[in-house]
This record gives sequence, C-alpha cells and structure tokens, in this order.
Amino acid sequence: MTDVTKAMHGFVADFGPTAALAMESCVHCGRCAEACQFYVQTSDPRYTPIHKIAPFRQAYERQVGPFAFVYRLLGLAPKVTVEELTNWQELIYDSCNMCGRCSLICPMGIDIADLVEKARHGMFEAGLVPADFLGALDEKEHATGSPFGLTTPGLEGLLHDIGKQFGVVMHVDERSADIVPTVSSIDLKTYPGSMAAIAKILNHMGTSWTFRTDGFDADNVSLTAGDRAGQRKTTLGIVNAAKACGAKTLLMPECGHSFTEIRWEAANVFGEPLPFRVLHITELLAEGIADGRIRVNKAPQSATYHDACQLSRRGGATAAPRVILQALGVELHELEDSGDTNWCCGGGGGVALIKRAQPLRDQAFQIKQRQIEATGTATVYTSCSGCRQTLDHGGKAVGWTKTVSSLLELVADNLKD
Amino acid sequence: MTLLDFARGPGLQAAWLILIAGTAWRIIGVLLLRQRLHLAEPRTGIAGQARGAVTTVFTRFIPRRTFWPRIRVSVILSVVFHLGLVIIVLGGAPHIQVIQQFTGLTWPGLPKGVIVLVSGLTLASMIVMLLRRMFHPVMRLLSTADDYISWVTVFLPLLSGILLSGETIASYRTLLALHVLSVELLMIWFPFGKLMHAKLAFYSRAAMGINFSRKGAAT
Repeated sequence: MTDVTKAMHGFVADFGPTAALAMESCVHCGRCAEACQFYVQTSDPRYTPIHKIAPFRQAYERQVGPFAFVYRLLGLAPKVTVEELTNWQELIYDSCNMCGRCSLICPMGIDIADLVEKARHGMFEAGLVPADFLGALDEKEHATGSPFGLTTPGLEGLLHDIGKQFGVVMHVDERSADIVPTVSSIDLKTYPGSMAAIAKILNHMGTSWTFRTDGFDADNVSLTAGDRAGQRKTTLGIVNAAKACGAKTLLMPECGHSFTEIRWEAANVFGEPLPFRVLHITELLAEGIADGRIRVNKAPQSATYHDACQLSRRGGATAAPRVILQALGVELHELEDSGDTNWCCGGGGGVALIKRAQPLRDQAFQIKQRQIEATGTATVYTSCSGCRQTLDHGGKAVGWTKTVSSLLELVADNLKD
Repeated sequence: MTLLDFARGPGLQAAWLILIAGTAWRIIGVLLLRQRLHLAEPRTGIAGQARGAVTTVFTRFIPRRTFWPRIRVSVILSVVFHLGLVIIVLGGAPHIQVIQQFTGLTWPGLPKGVIVLVSGLTLASMIVMLLRRMFHPVMRLLSTADDYISWVTVFLPLLSGILLSGETIASYRTLLALHVLSVELLMIWFPFGKLMHAKLAFYSRAAMGINFSRKGAAT
C-alpha cells in the first residue's frame, strides 16, 4: 500500500453511520470557523475546522459514501496525493485542539473534532505525524508505555521520592486496592505536587488505593498523534492493571484527553464494559465532598476557573469543579466563555507537543489571556495539567503576574485534619 | 404534448422517482454502515439519550448566545431564507391546492400580498447568501459546484413562482410549466447534493444528541 492508500484506509477504517452522517450533512456555511480559536485569531480561512479534513472528505466520497461509485466513475473525487496530505499536516495537527467548540456551533450537529481524530489516524498511517515532538513522544510511548520512557523500576523509585519530598505515604504496586489512580506524564515532569496531592487526598479518605507501575501513565500521546495501535496498548495497559488488583474505581488525573480516552473509549478497546468505574479526579473530589468522605476547610479567595474542553464540553463533567470551588468558599469569577462554551487553552489535542506550532499556539492563547484578565482575579484554577502547562507557558511569554494552579492541589492543601 | 403537459406528466413522475430512489439510496447507504458499539457506562440512559436526540434537533436551529456576535449575519440570512420558503410553500394558496390534490389536506392560504413580500425577502436573502459564498473568504474556500447548483435549483422555482404570480413576461401556462419544471429540477438534484440536509440535518443532529447525552455533555 502507498502512504496515501494507508492514510485513507486509516481514516475510513472505523467509519460508522454517525461519522458518515457528518460527512453527508455539511452545508458549507462556514460557521465552524467562527468557533475556532485559530481562525478567530488569524482570520486565515484555511483554519476553518471542516476544511481541515477536506482530503479525507474526498476519500470518504470516493470510497465509502453512498454515491462512491458515481464519484469514481465520473472522476468527481480524485485520489488524494501525498503532497496534499503533507500540506494538510499543519491543519490536522498544529491548528486543531480537538476542543470540539466547532462541533457545538455546527447547525448540522457535525462532530468535527471526532472527524479530525479520524483524519489523524489516516495521517499516522501515512507517516505524517509532526516529528518534533509529538511523533517522537508517541514512538517512545508506543515502545515503553510512557512518552518519556519511564520504566517500572524507575517509576517506583520516583513515586516514593515524591512521597518523601511532600511528606505523604505512597502506595505503589499493592496487590489489591479499591482505587487505582493514574497520572499524566506532565505531572511527572513538571507538577509532581499533583501526584502527592492525589496520595494525600486518597489517604485522607481512608480508602485502599495503589498506583500501578504496570498501568500508570494515562497521558496517551498516541491518541493525539493518531496512533491507534499505541492508543490501544496504552489504554489496555491501564485497564488491565486496574483490573488485576480488583479496583472498583480507576481514577484519571488532572488531564483532559486521557479522561476522554479511558472514560469513553477504553471499554470499546477492552471489548466489554469495564469492571470498575472511571472517574476524573475532579469528579471524585466533588463526590467525596458531597458525601463527606472529603472534608475541606474554607479557602476564601477570588479566582477564575479554566475548563478543560475534554472534561467539560466533551466529557460531561462541567459541574464538578464548580461544586469543589463552592465548598472551598472560593469566589468564582467565571470567564466570559466558560463551562461548555469555553475556549481551549491553545495546547489541547497535542498542539502543545508540536514545537513549530508555538507561534500559532501563542496567538490562540490570547483569547484566554483576554478573558482571564477581564475577570480581574489573580489566580486561575484548572483541572488539567496540559492546560496548566499551556497557561503557564503562555503567561510567561506575555509577562503575566497571574498564578495558574491546580484545583486538585487546592483541595489537598485545605483538607481538614 | 405541451410543455405544461410534460411538466405535469412524465416530467413530474420522473422527478418523483429520482427524488424517492435517490434519497432512499443515500440515507440507507449511510445508515447501513457498521455501527460502532459504545460500551462505556453512560451518564444518561436510553430515555435521556432519546430526549437528547429530540432536543438537539430543535436547539441547533438557533445557535448559543455566545456565538451570536460572530455569526449574526449568517443566522439571520438562514432564518429569513428557510422561514420564507416554509411560508411560501405552506402559505401560498396555489401550493395549498396542489397539496390538497395529493393528500386531501387543506388550510387557509395567506393573502397574496404577504406571499409576494415574503418571496421578495427570500429572494433577497438568497442573493446576499450567494454574494457571501462568492466573496467571504471562508465560504469561498469551502464552496464546491454543489453549492452553486443547489443555489440555482432553489432560486429558479422562487423566481419563476414570483413571475407566475404576476403573470408578467409570458402566458400563465408557459410560466406555470417553467415553474413546475424548475421544481422538478430541484427534486432531481435533491438527493445528490447538499439540499439533502433538509433530511440529513435531523439525523445528524439526533446522532450528536445521542452521543453527547450519553456523556452527560452539552448537545
């Protein structure tokens, strides 16, 4: 198979009626552009979300659609070329966060973010993942289970070191546990306090829990790269590790895309309903606060909250962080666009991992910057380490004095003794 | 056989045949694709997902408030155009007569002056939409031959209908024949181009409603 054939095969491989309806229904109204931060910030029409999948739409019309034979017969949908796909790389990777804001504005109800994910499957098959750093991290994750190549012995030591550093008891590789938390590799690299916070809260709840070094890193870079085999391997690693110790709850870290993958896709990969609940840490905190398993002191302050797209708009957990903030007595100043209509931080969908995308990412970040500054608050809380890192970097670039903090860590710092 | 006889006879029969067969082929072709299983525990049960499907079909007619400032023109044009078509088709006395012939159903028509005014507004909205398609950078980039063919197939019945109501440039029979033929052209093109969104929109909105209700997310 040529690269292009592989790409098209990868794209249409898991095409069902919903994706096909999306392909058939577009009326080319262009409204999706007005919901996309990359178009809004640049006015470049190439960044119109539905345009980003144009070659793949051509492939659909040629190979899958009800009139595919007519398209082929009359030459209405010519074969896509390698050059076209190469030219589209920037549109499919660098300028799409898969945030799904375009899906929310589309009058036809087309989930464009889902189509971009499928297009990335095709791009991966064609070997067109941006190498620096997304492709490289995916390769490493595919080979080792961690985008940074952390192996089991290394992880165990690292977790205990973090425990010592933050003064919390870490549970690692215990044979059985009710809750198995996972972490994001961003936490490992940049925010180790986040892992200590998870441990502190789970210890506070008095539940049995353990990190599992054989299913630990939930980051799933493969998902954003379009590497289905890698995505499957990472997902199954986590699911099987939790299953092996009889977990009742698999706990996802402050990360958006990994939540989407494990909460909504893992069971499909596993082939049957998962034998445990999957909760984002924010959901566990809200639930624990509501039923009294987590007792918090008030932490009065004015702050704003940045929603992670995959947790709110795409994940259905918009209310959870607000329950937590209210319990902590935080005076919440919502962003102009918050909750389900929030703007992405600019780095979602693996865009933060593409080196050359930085100037575009910085432009996209300006929307968030304006809206955060408009709240007049000094602190931004978020429940996604990827967002936190993007906001940190974006803020640094513009000389911000805002503090970007983890909601999880805020709870951990304010637990009642 | 006069032009009108052709339009009312074999022309109409052929148009119906192509419309029905083409529409069925396209919809069945999509719905018969292998459905992916969703094995994750849903936040909302079947009843909630069905509610989400129905709700989304209606809520997507009008965008969320936060999007309005950037898409106001597009929304207003779309509402004027679609509402105009509905009023003309269901409110014009001659159209009601045709519907009665086929179905036996009837209702009072709107005054001719109202239909003329609505037709004028609809026609104007179509011209502005065409100009936007030709000159707005995003729409120009997205546009294909389908967009322009579909525009023509809707514009011609509208224009010929207006001319027919005034009986200005030709005889009634000639104008009626042209009007009926233009509608038949629309019927023939309907299954193959984006006009199908008149049906597909309901399916795709419902699919989104189900998928996102299952996740407990906004639809």
